[in-house]
Amino acid sequence: MKNRAPRLTNEQYSCNFADIQKPLTTEQAVAEAARCLFCFEAPCITACPTHIDIPGFIQKIHNDNPRGSARLILDANPLGASCARVCPVEALCEGACVLNHNHEKPVEIGRLQRFSTDWFFERGMPELFELPEPNGRRVALIGAGPASLGCAAALRRMGYEAILFDRNPEPGGLNTYGIAQYKMTRQDSLNEVEYVKSLGVSVRCGVEVGRDVQTEDLLRDFDAVFLGVGLGGTHKLGIPGDELPGVVEALLFIRKYKTQSYGEVPVGRRVAVIGAGNTAIDAATAAVRLGAERTWILYRRSEAEMPAFDYEYDLAKQDGVIFQWLTAPVEVVGTGVVEGLRCVRMRLGEPDEQGRARPEPIPGTEFLLEVDMVIPSIGQEKLVEWLAGIDGLQLERDRVVVDPATGMTSVPGLFSGGDCVNGGMEVVNAVAEGKLAAAGIDQFLSARAAT
Amino acid sequence: MADLSVRFAGIYSPNPFWLASGPPTNSGDQVKRAFDLGWGGAVWKTVGEPIINVCSRYSSVDYGSHRMMGLNNIELISDRPIADNLREIAEVKKLYPRHAVIVSLMVESKREAWHDIVRRTEDTGADGLELNFGCPHGMSERGMGAAVGQVPEYTTQIVEWVKEVARTPVIVKLTPNVTDVRYPGRAAVRGGADGLSLINTINSITGIDLDDFTPRPKVGGRSSHGGYCGPAVKPIALNMVAQIAGDDACRVPLSGIGGISTWRDAAEFIALGCVTVQVCTAAMHYGFRIVEDLADGLANWMDERGFKRIEDFRGKALPRVSDWGDLDLNYKTVAQIDEKLCIGCQLCYVACQDTAHQCIYVGEASGASEGDSAAAEARAADGARRALGIAASAGHAPTWVPEPFQVRGEPIHTLVSGHGLLGDEAREVRVPWVKQDDCVGCNLCMLVCPVPDCITMVEQDTGKPPMSWNQFQRQARD
Repeated sequence: MKNRAPRLTNEQYSCNFADIQKPLTTEQAVAEAARCLFCFEAPCITACPTHIDIPGFIQKIHNDNPRGSARLILDANPLGASCARVCPVEALCEGACVLNHNHEKPVEIGRLQRFSTDWFFERGMPELFELPEPNGRRVALIGAGPASLGCAAALRRMGYEAILFDRNPEPGGLNTYGIAQYKMTRQDSLNEVEYVKSLGVSVRCGVEVGRDVQTEDLLRDFDAVFLGVGLGGTHKLGIPGDELPGVVEALLFIRKYKTQSYGEVPVGRRVAVIGAGNTAIDAATAAVRLGAERTWILYRRSEAEMPAFDYEYDLAKQDGVIFQWLTAPVEVVGTGVVEGLRCVRMRLGEPDEQGRARPEPIPGTEFLLEVDMVIPSIGQEKLVEWLAGIDGLQLERDRVVVDPATGMTSVPGLFSGGDCVNGGMEVVNAVAEGKLAAAGIDQFLSARAAT
Repeated sequence: MADLSVRFAGIYSPNPFWLASGPPTNSGDQVKRAFDLGWGGAVWKTVGEPIINVCSRYSSVDYGSHRMMGLNNIELISDRPIADNLREIAEVKKLYPRHAVIVSLMVESKREAWHDIVRRTEDTGADGLELNFGCPHGMSERGMGAAVGQVPEYTTQIVEWVKEVARTPVIVKLTPNVTDVRYPGRAAVRGGADGLSLINTINSITGIDLDDFTPRPKVGGRSSHGGYCGPAVKPIALNMVAQIAGDDACRVPLSGIGGISTWRDAAEFIALGCVTVQVCTAAMHYGFRIVEDLADGLANWMDERGFKRIEDFRGKALPRVSDWGDLDLNYKTVAQIDEKLCIGCQLCYVACQDTAHQCIYVGEASGASEGDSAAAEARAADGARRALGIAASAGHAPTWVPEPFQVRGEPIHTLVSGHGLLGDEAREVRVPWVKQDDCVGCNLCMLVCPVPDCITMVEQDTGKPPMSWNQFQRQARD
């Protein structure tokens, strides 16, 4: 790297990556819980893809029944702790809170959910559910991210044996490796996996399906298989120079700083992040917090089209990230290492087939941005090749096709959910789809047993 | 500006706000500070043979995030020597000649003891006496306080003894710990009382510590029942004041006590006939400074309503306190929901369906209840069942079995996130409607609704003349 940002002190790092949202004290939680109207057939429940009984768990916080509260949450969503931290609540439960219609701020459902789930983990995971005896049927789950964990927990609670395989050294998927530290630590994610394991689910890490074991073998040896492999790496920029040292794709960058000590993660003095999704924000704020002096986010469309949620955008602005709208990279320049990024100004042209205005370069507007590091964050690749290796698996737009009612793929006994099906959504969607597939698996195996 | 001054049985007070006998009026310094801040009068904490108090003494009941909805105490009367109290009373009265200084008294049930304390107290120049026949703990076991107030004969007897020597007005403070407060009230008036004050505190245990199973307030691993006061007791106090104020055998000035915290509370007691009001818990919660808004708020309201003096609205609510049997059976209101204001919480709906009179529905157009009523009713009932079914699955059945979640009977697959369910459209589909033909006008929906003015009770013309139960009975007899 041409100009590496100077290392910060450990105090600075821990301050920069400290919890962005302070947990509620008991008094605060009880007071906030008192704001909940306890709606009937509450719209927040509907808005949550896992349908947590939100007024129910809030009532239990208010009534000093934290265990009951944690049980209601984890009953509907075994990853309730990470969802409490990373859910885009204003687009889900809090967005649906009826208090919005009363010109009030909605009940802080996410923070209350965190209060109960924190209690659960701080108390050493007291037993919440009576588990049925194993029914003798086994399900293999490929990938140990949110979708598989959601599926496995539901399966185990229905009596199935569930075994997760993950090629990474640690389970949890993007919850472990891909979420900004100040939202959720690696340990938070691993604790949650421990909870799922405490239900009797097995997790085998460092096992790559397709290399160490074949999907066909799993389909043969297990009663059903769940595919929760998520997506691949970040798309390449596809411009000259995108292989230069100093070009680090966003998810890899986040993974590095979450698995190494902060000081070991190289970050440039001047950093350009390409793309304006939520992961781009996570990467840009991480660069700032690791010591980058100037950080830009380049987006080829305008502010209005930005996919990042508003609060993520606000966070980046607070961190001093400079947004360059209608700007696209043309070439990464540098001899041996990144020295700059040649960019071009864009304008919004005719709408494309999805109705989004198509950005087009304005000739003669090229300029050079002097940067030491380029972080592409323009979406994850689909695991097309890997998925194509599964015989008979139907894909559409590179996504796994499933029956929306059961989660079953075109391969009998093979189910799927999460990012590889939905193309990349929230943790809570992955869990919901995992749960749905668990019910589908139960239905499928029960029907098979009956014939 | 409205004139707040009053005369209570001849005692002048610059405003109707008196500090009630209790911890706030335990010493001269406290009472002086209170007068400086604007209190019109003070009833000195009960003077008698000094007692020994326990530790701790108070406990409370919180409601939601609001502290001290109700306060309970096991403190006794003054623990200071009688001479000290009397000296300070004389001093205060000298410094504040225009303020009302009333002294609460409690001594053994002996004629000489009462004669003695009355004479010594009146020598201080105090404006009046309040006989404490209400204290529900500690003193009652010794034959004083509530032990006197609960036996009308004792009450009459002691008031008579006091009146034998008293030169200033004698107020009797009534205990609410009786079946009918009018009996001790009448007994006091029979004995010659010049005024009544009510209510004293209500027997109470505020709560149990579930860790060590000790009631509160704790005194070395045990507790005792105490006296309950504060906002929680106001409705009980208002009723008892209304009972006394409406009783022909209790035609004396009243001083209202019980949970008064704001000028509105005070105005309500005055509207039921009280001349003065006494405040204790609110002062203990926020300090003496609260009197500023008590007086300011009351004066502003009186100005707006055109009341120049307290007398102008005193007792105005009393003629409207009626026996149930005289209420009009043909008066009818029905609930009406403002669809624009409704936020869709559906608390009215579940309250009406589960616990009231089953006339609020969700999910079908309200217009449908008119025209084709049989079909509409069936649809509505169906909608209600469906909605209840959804809630049952959300609230009680294990939600981890991921059945397709339903909204208005339509399954919503979990693969679809909730994004489409936000905004005003989401609100509109949740607005309940009232089948007014079935509505009995009970008010419950309006009471549970969190949005002001969203549910109103609309008067209906029944076309029938007023008819009370008593009239109905008479007609049936004739």
